[in-house]
Amino acid sequence: MKLKSGKELEAFRKKILAKKNPDKPCITVCGGPGCLARQCLEVRDAFVNEISSRGLADKVDIRTTGCHGYCEMGPIALVFPEGIFYQKLNVKDVGEIVEETIVNNRIVKRLLYSDETGRQVKIEKEIPFYKKQMRLLLSSNSKIDPHIFEDYLAIGGYTALAKVLTGMKPTEVLEEVKKSGLRGRGGGGFPTGRKWESTRDAKGDIKYVICNADEGDPGAFMDRSILEGNPHSVLEGMIIGAYAMGSNEGYVYVRNEYPLALKNVTIAIKQAREAGLLGENILGSGFGFDVKVNRGGGAFVCGESTALMASLEGKPGEPRAKYIHTSEKGLWDRPSNLNNVETWANVPLIINNGQGWFAGIGTESSKGTKVFSLVGKIKNTGLVEVPMGMTLREIIFDIGGGIPDGKAFKAVQTGGPSGGCIPESLIDMPVDYEQLTNAGSMMGSGGMIVMDEDTCMVDLARYFTNFLQGESCGKCTPCREGLLRMGEILTGITEGRGRMEDLSLIEDLSGVLKDASLCGLGTTAANPVISTMKYFRDEYVAHIRDRKCPAGVCRELITYGIDAGSCTGCGQCLKNCPSGAIEGEKKKPHVLDTAKCIKCGICYDVCKFDAVRKE
Amino acid sequence: MTIDESRLDSIIDEYNAEQGSLISILQDVQAEYKYLPREALEYVAGRLDIPRVQVFGVATFFKAFSLKPKGRRQIHVCMGTACHVRGSKKVLEEFERKLGIEAGSTTKDGEYTLETVNCVGACALGPVVMNNEKYHGQMTPIKVEDLLKKV
Repeated sequence: MKLKSGKELEAFRKKILAKKNPDKPCITVCGGPGCLARQCLEVRDAFVNEISSRGLADKVDIRTTGCHGYCEMGPIALVFPEGIFYQKLNVKDVGEIVEETIVNNRIVKRLLYSDETGRQVKIEKEIPFYKKQMRLLLSSNSKIDPHIFEDYLAIGGYTALAKVLTGMKPTEVLEEVKKSGLRGRGGGGFPTGRKWESTRDAKGDIKYVICNADEGDPGAFMDRSILEGNPHSVLEGMIIGAYAMGSNEGYVYVRNEYPLALKNVTIAIKQAREAGLLGENILGSGFGFDVKVNRGGGAFVCGESTALMASLEGKPGEPRAKYIHTSEKGLWDRPSNLNNVETWANVPLIINNGQGWFAGIGTESSKGTKVFSLVGKIKNTGLVEVPMGMTLREIIFDIGGGIPDGKAFKAVQTGGPSGGCIPESLIDMPVDYEQLTNAGSMMGSGGMIVMDEDTCMVDLARYFTNFLQGESCGKCTPCREGLLRMGEILTGITEGRGRMEDLSLIEDLSGVLKDASLCGLGTTAANPVISTMKYFRDEYVAHIRDRKCPAGVCRELITYGIDAGSCTGCGQCLKNCPSGAIEGEKKKPHVLDTAKCIKCGICYDVCKFDAVRKE
Repeated sequence: MTIDESRLDSIIDEYNAEQGSLISILQDVQAEYKYLPREALEYVAGRLDIPRVQVFGVATFFKAFSLKPKGRRQIHVCMGTACHVRGSKKVLEEFERKLGIEAGSTTKDGEYTLETVNCVGACALGPVVMNNEKYHGQMTPIKVEDLLKKV
């Protein structure tokens, strides 16, 4: 059915809402990346079977949704209308939930979340992980099935588009976005309205609007979760942007490793086309816009705008120098505007609630909320959405629950491979674009990797350098050769071949990378190294001068041994040692032959008595 | 090898033989053959009317593509940052020892291909290993043998 005007859209929405009974029980199963990996679909299928075998199919809805954020507790299901939060579900729990909660209206207490004091919590927003969040973008995920168009309309979807097309001039839309203070959520943090303006003002009849869904930062899955869970919100933002810029053609460039995001956005585009929200003469406004989906090929550098556009043209994803901006000459040499998934998803919110509302959230320079993927050595792994300006401490300790296993917090890495490591001394820093940059890191797309005392910062610098070296396209020499040499130096330090003069050599190389590289991959590549050298210089010195890895990570600098006093002779280390380096009789202290030891660390991991020691 | 031109045609036609869809087309071709046979690359170049060197350039630039056949079972060890700080390197090394190959290669019998991946977005379960399409979370070196035994 094609909706030919704003009024028809509203009438259709009313019809959908009239059919919905808010009191009808609905079991919402999270189908986000974390829950999927924990076999949530088996749980969902079990619900479907249980409900239908009890003849309740007409009385209970079952909905599979996008990510709810709290990956640590997956698989998660919410039971509406109350919104009871059940966690860590198993197929075996399903019968009990249906019997108790659906049929008898009782709570299955053992499946509730309980906090550290043992207090059980029934509703999502009362759980500490959710309490301090401001989930403007992510909260919709649990309310809709991303495959059902009507679900998006039921939560007010496409009202912003109708508002724009029926009552706002393109310049008014542009002004609204400019005044809101929205900045790009993909890395650079460039003001979105200004970016749009330069594309709109660029000469040319054909202009492109592109959504960057090639989320390449390791440890980041915000965009994936938005695109999988609420693809129409991204499309709606893109259509509004296209209207403001005078573009009729768009692309969504999806990371190859995200098949579900690809599937969901493809379905959403088809639905929007059928409803007349994409294509010619949208809602009778005379404005037309359509979107194509392209898949990435697994190249990190394609997050860079010119590389992404080269790849959209069917060429290798190599960046070019930006003497002329892509807003003037981008895809096929035509004016092109690129924003990432999260940026686009913010646009309908700004239009619906007004720029003043949006600009009222956040800090002086950074407005709105930001989604972070809180991962690594953290109790509550997951996606968190907070207003800009919240401190790292609040995010990591109040929301994230702090560091597991009683270990000490060491640093948090933000901004992906182009970002830096922020030490404990700066943990009360409010998070916004400027603060992170001043600390030697960056916002990036929102990865937040927490590290504890067992993380070696030199090893981490080496990790990022090697990652970027592998992903460097090789077009410019500073990046191609600079990262290779940087990696060699860092590997040398982690393997006990470091020299004190390496530190100044690294600083020199970093300067060259920053000044002379062609694109953002190279110019920011030294950030992880420079920031760790700034805040954790003593660790570098310990590796070089003392030939020690204080965190016990760098293999060449540690030796394993068995403490005879603690060893019970259980034989676990001996059984699992791949190199036959451990000997000993049952129930007698074992001995490790360092000459045969390959330092794989398996004995250390399997020993239950802390008898294997690292030095 | 001989390729099924009609199958390739149907893939290419799905994208209206657009040059800009080269990467998507190659993805679909690879899904068909599990790698990119030389003959298929030449055929795609002809149909899209782009130089073979460009098709070869794209096929070798992007990590998603392989010019060599892959094993029946593909093991992907996630090396994302979250997995790295939780010890994914040790897991990868155990796979390399057990399979007797290095990451990025296939066992001689064509059974296993061992690869690394930058991030699969399942960071809560790190270290993560994917066995074909299936995720295995909280991996440790000692779980490697059991995972390999599973069919």
